[in-house]
Amino acid sequence: MASPEPIVADDASATPAPAEILVIVAHPELEHSRANRLLLDAARALQAKSSPGRLAVRDLYALYPDYLIDVGVEQAALAAARLVVWQQPIHWYGMPPLLKLWLDDVLAFGWAYGPDGTALRGKDLWLVASTGGPEDSYRPDSYNRYFFDAFMPPYEQTAALCGMRFLPPLLLHGAHKADERDLAAHAETYAQRLADYPAWPELELVEDCVACEVPPNARPADRDLIKEAA
Amino acid sequence: MEHGSWITGSLVYLAAAVLAVPVARFLGLGSIIGYLGAGILIGPWGLKLVTRPEEMLQIAEFGVVLMLFLVGLELEPQRLWALRKPIFGWGSVQLFGSALLLALCALAFAVDWRLAVVAALGLAMSSTAIGLGVLAERNMMATTSGESILSVALLQDIAAIPILALVPFLAVSAAGEGGDSGVWLGVAKAIGTIAVIILGGRLLLRPALRWIANSNTPEIFTAASLLLVVATASLMNLVGLSMALGAFLAGVLLAESEYRRELETDIEPFKGLFLGLFFIAVGMSIDFAVVIARPLLIAAVVVGFVVVKAGVLWAMARLMPIPRQERAIFVILLAQGGEFGFVVFQAAALAGVISAPVSSFLVAAVAISMLLTPLLLVAADRWWIPLLSGGKRSAAGLELKQPQNNPVVIAGFGRYGQIVGRMLFANGITPTVLDHDAEAIEALRRFGWRVYYGDATRLDLMRTAGADKARVIVLAIDDIEQSVDCARMVRENFQNATIVARARNVQHYYELYELGVTMIERETLDSALMSARSTLELLGWQPHQARNLALRFRRHNVAQLAALAPHRKDEAHLIAAAKQGRQQLEELFAIERQQAAERQARTGWSDVPTEAAQKP
Repeated sequence: MASPEPIVADDASATPAPAEILVIVAHPELEHSRANRLLLDAARALQAKSSPGRLAVRDLYALYPDYLIDVGVEQAALAAARLVVWQQPIHWYGMPPLLKLWLDDVLAFGWAYGPDGTALRGKDLWLVASTGGPEDSYRPDSYNRYFFDAFMPPYEQTAALCGMRFLPPLLLHGAHKADERDLAAHAETYAQRLADYPAWPELELVEDCVACEVPPNARPADRDLIKEAA
Repeated sequence: MEHGSWITGSLVYLAAAVLAVPVARFLGLGSIIGYLGAGILIGPWGLKLVTRPEEMLQIAEFGVVLMLFLVGLELEPQRLWALRKPIFGWGSVQLFGSALLLALCALAFAVDWRLAVVAALGLAMSSTAIGLGVLAERNMMATTSGESILSVALLQDIAAIPILALVPFLAVSAAGEGGDSGVWLGVAKAIGTIAVIILGGRLLLRPALRWIANSNTPEIFTAASLLLVVATASLMNLVGLSMALGAFLAGVLLAESEYRRELETDIEPFKGLFLGLFFIAVGMSIDFAVVIARPLLIAAVVVGFVVVKAGVLWAMARLMPIPRQERAIFVILLAQGGEFGFVVFQAAALAGVISAPVSSFLVAAVAISMLLTPLLLVAADRWWIPLLSGGKRSAAGLELKQPQNNPVVIAGFGRYGQIVGRMLFANGITPTVLDHDAEAIEALRRFGWRVYYGDATRLDLMRTAGADKARVIVLAIDDIEQSVDCARMVRENFQNATIVARARNVQHYYELYELGVTMIERETLDSALMSARSTLELLGWQPHQARNLALRFRRHNVAQLAALAPHRKDEAHLIAAAKQGRQQLEELFAIERQQAAERQARTGWSDVPTEAAQKP
């Protein structure tokens, strides 16, 4: 019998090959998804066609069904990337819980921000999101009451704090009711943009990231400091 | 031929076995009948290659001794203690009930009362070799009928001693009870010997085996295993107790030791060969002169005593109760005469209770009944057992006959498999479920589960179960050896299916892993981690932190297991399995401590982002 394959301790801990574009997919119910599954398939198909080191797709809910994120592996994948894509549905005006946990765990103080936290500086962040509600529901006179832009600051500021450039998001509104043709066209656009990066015409218009220096004393570095402060 | 060297004898025995057994198995008759046939063939009434079967029989009885040692190894002291009621209760019912009925029948035919008593006691005994041999061959040792057969066989072993002691008294019955003090001395000696074996086994055996295992000489360990059995057997023999019983006791005492598997693997081939030799010797010892002289009488005696015993056994099976479809096996495996019968008749003939021709007549009757047992089993498999299982329930019965094509096959539906199965059922998946505990299956079927009776290590059965079409085969068998056998068979024959396996322990985990199984769960890991979480919570940890710590521990633990896998292979050839397991555990702990220390040394931001205060 051939020598057995290595034991996979955890799906996630298999370190991925470094890639220029890192697509982080977060959808808690991919089995019910119309738009995001199509987008994921499109990204995977592109990954299969691309040269090694060009594109990596990480489906967070498949990698960490138990919500135990392997921080080392995720940071290594981030460090190698030039473009980070967050592909997600908008749930309750924000990101799905595992993506938020991923932020909490992976974008650590002293690594992604704060003193010596320069690991992500100069990279691009691209949000690819879908909403259930149609575009005209995001209006002061409709049930979502705000224009969609009003929900973007947490994303923009997360990128800014880490020294990343926040690229104009790719949005699909009304994903529940979009017909097959629209969905296919959307997936096509997504794949095309991934393939073209960094040759996007609008990139020249995006400003460089504003530096957000966190002063060293902004956060207690260890317990002793907390005690002293108290 | 008789005066040839020992090598000629070995040549004859081995050749006969090698030729006859595969032929018998090919004909679907089982290996026991092959050995018996080989014995008849080379015996005094066949090719006359061997002419003194009695000597052979004595040597070959060592096979029965080894077999009981192995049976003992499978039976921890607590389980034996739990069996005390079936052993002394049902065992006595079988032996003395059958003996009483047989004696009454004999008296009804106006047989001399002494002959009636001896014949009844001798014929009431069953063949341990056949009973336990067939159980092992069919993998039924752990079933209700298997345990019942073992219980009855053990009582017969115990009862054989007083019976053999009683026989000479029949010859001089007029003289009354002269040897009273002698009997009491014997009893005292017997109890003393058993105490010596139990104490010695408890205190000395394990250190001694460890010392021998440390010498790293595999053949010496094998020699020590054999020596252990021979020594216990001869100690028992010395004080007039059953050798097999002594070996059984020694086995029970070692059932909990770390050397159990090692001993099993070492003794197993010897047992097989000696047992084969035993059956050959039985075949040879059938005196066809007696048979030919009075064919009708011997047929009547054989049929008569087997029917009487079967009646008693059938009543027992109904009352115990034994699951319907196992009753046939229970009755057939205990209805024949056995090797103790030979000894009783020989002793009776020596003491002058019965004449030599009568003795060989009875020996022939017993041997013929032993020859009949495998044939009856074949017939029962074909006609009786389907009838039993089909009696009350749906036509499908318990045995899996219709080919299945479900996406999942679950092998083993005990505590583990049931949870897997219930979760699948709850989600609309109907797996094909196999188990070999008929009693459990009957209970499960009452709750509406479609569980089939069958041994999942059998290729044909797994094919019928649809293993060739299934996507997943859940391996939830609790016996490690069977689990590994099943995994190997599935890997070799059904490459389309992924195995999802339950591992009893780390050793089992590695064995499955080496067969290429990747989805393995150690059965206690996750529940133990849940308990660890509860403990941490009770000590003041936040529930969510306890959860994170448990999951992290799990990840480290599984990764370490993987890292140690190649290591384990190298050592396997060098160190005894037990020592190796201990060493691995120590290594596991050492690495864990070291990694914990390393984590402590770091500031804690890279791997363990615990400080809530550090979030933006």
